[in-house]
Amino acid sequence: MAGITIAGVSKIYTGGVKAVKSVSIDIADGEFIVLVGPSGCGKSTLLRMVAGLEAISEGEVSIGNRVVNRMEPAERDIAMVFQNYALYPHMTVYQNLAYGLKNRGTPKAEIEARVAEAARMLEIGPYLERKPRALSGGQRQRVAMGRAIVRKPAAFLFDEPLSNLDAKLRVSMRGEIKRLQRRLGTTSIYVTHDQLEAMTLADRLVVLNGGEIEQIGSPLEVYHAPASTFVASFIGSPAMNLVSGELHGDKLAIGPALIDLHGKAPASGPVTVGLRAEDLHLARPGEAAFAFKLDYIEELGAQRLVHGHVGDQLLTASLPTEMDIADELMLAIDADRLHFFTTATGKRIGDGYAARTPQAARQVSHA
Amino acid sequence: MVENRPFLTFLTHAFLILGFVIVALPVYVAIIASTHDVATLMSNTVPLWPGSHFIENYSEILTGASAANGLPNYSHMALNSLVMAVVITVGKITISILSAFAIVYFRFPFRQLAFWIIFVTLMLPVEVRIMPTYKIVADLGMLNSWAGLTIPLIASATATFLFRQFFMTVPDEMLEAARVDGAGPMKFFWDILLPLSRTNIGALCVILFIYGWVQYLWPMLVTTDPGYYTLMMGMKRMVTVQDGVIQWQLVMAGAVLAMLPPILLVIFMQRLFIRGLTETEK
Repeated sequence: MAGITIAGVSKIYTGGVKAVKSVSIDIADGEFIVLVGPSGCGKSTLLRMVAGLEAISEGEVSIGNRVVNRMEPAERDIAMVFQNYALYPHMTVYQNLAYGLKNRGTPKAEIEARVAEAARMLEIGPYLERKPRALSGGQRQRVAMGRAIVRKPAAFLFDEPLSNLDAKLRVSMRGEIKRLQRRLGTTSIYVTHDQLEAMTLADRLVVLNGGEIEQIGSPLEVYHAPASTFVASFIGSPAMNLVSGELHGDKLAIGPALIDLHGKAPASGPVTVGLRAEDLHLARPGEAAFAFKLDYIEELGAQRLVHGHVGDQLLTASLPTEMDIADELMLAIDADRLHFFTTATGKRIGDGYAARTPQAARQVSHA
Repeated sequence: MVENRPFLTFLTHAFLILGFVIVALPVYVAIIASTHDVATLMSNTVPLWPGSHFIENYSEILTGASAANGLPNYSHMALNSLVMAVVITVGKITISILSAFAIVYFRFPFRQLAFWIIFVTLMLPVEVRIMPTYKIVADLGMLNSWAGLTIPLIASATATFLFRQFFMTVPDEMLEAARVDGAGPMKFFWDILLPLSRTNIGALCVILFIYGWVQYLWPMLVTTDPGYYTLMMGMKRMVTVQDGVIQWQLVMAGAVLAMLPPILLVIFMQRLFIRGLTETEK
């Protein structure tokens, strides 16, 4: 059990390309951290530097107060789960699980006990004598996790472990990883490009873009108060609508539409406005509304996504399914649900919704 | 390609059978000739049906004190061939798997250059570099020795190249998982890479054993002591008798026996052999 400190860590490849730019994250003991970002954002590189598979160009990584920069992966007391599982194909499941313990000179009886325990936890007991070849994708995934669990490491590192599974299995394995991590209380770093996976698993999310941290926060903080237009468009599905608007005193103009901010304008002049699809609703009688021209509708069952435009800017709204949709609608949004970003840098202006509402309880457990 | 034309089927089979006959006929003649006595074979007509001297010929070649004038007996030469083929096989595989391991998994200066130097030797067969090689072996005093017979043939690029190609198909995560599991480089090699290479090693064993078994030119150059004669040299010398009758029935019996080890090896290693050449197990 240990926390992990990443202090000013950079990765500079020969040729001067900076894949990770001076990233600092403090990870508490038992915390589940998800690194999320588009491909090429440096999230895997960062994880591999923590694992010791990639040399650290600048900065310091400590695991449980030990600086591990110069240590081999095996000495860092971590376990890693790879995207393609990386099980040893010529060894049985049992041997796969036992290999790391054997290399550390763990007594045989202890190995047997730990493998049995991990097998029970992951329900892979019946397959212990099989080769990985004879297992399904989900079972291989469990074995890969078992290999991490038996070692009882200070930290688990997950490198997109679910991306090789089909959609349904991914959801169930996601739940299992979360449950397992809660139960073992082991500090974990999890890398993914899937924002849904990130939202559902994380105690805290780290959104990375171009090798830099865009935002660190709990899933709800990041969702309700994205720090930049990048985070706003990356986290949440459908992506947050980002339109350009202009603040005139107390009014926000989006194309021809005017929205009254009731004295909550955080700035003036041109801004980028963020509107979550589910915050938009059909205007009630007497409510200030703006005209929305319908392009097409996506039915999702529970709600429908209505795509169209306001003026010449595209907008997506999430509306209930029970009502008829006309070609032209009047939509409205509560002024405090609006997000404002500077047009120049895309950085957030003002607080988010979450900051003004009772915050969802942070769920860092030490079970 | 799926074709259903009877005539085409007939034609392809006809070609197949023709090809088989062309390849098999000399072998057949050798087997037949090894069952006749010398008088029948010298009578200008090649017999096509088995004769009655099978046991006699084979027991003579196997038990005779000398296969022909000045030659050691047959089993001694067979043993020499076997030792040479096995040493070459084991030596080549050991050296090439280790050098491929170094080239693929270690970062050191001139790594690519090292690979290309090894690779270039592929383009120079033994025959082309045989004179300089002979000079070196002679200068080192390795003529008429096991070392002289085998070491120059062990240095090989083919196997290095094959292992390199195979190692490059092994996912990097395998190495990384092993590192996280606390395996050092050699432990990774023994515990993971070597077992994964099993089928490739099997295929190479077959190829290299046959390569060593049929060596003729090199052993002829470096050995003058009959004690080091291999089968292939011995067979040749049995035919070059100065005065007297060539014992064709014994030559043929010897040739048939000499064909057996490679054939047996191919038969027993066939499954491994084909898998090693075609399948990359991951």
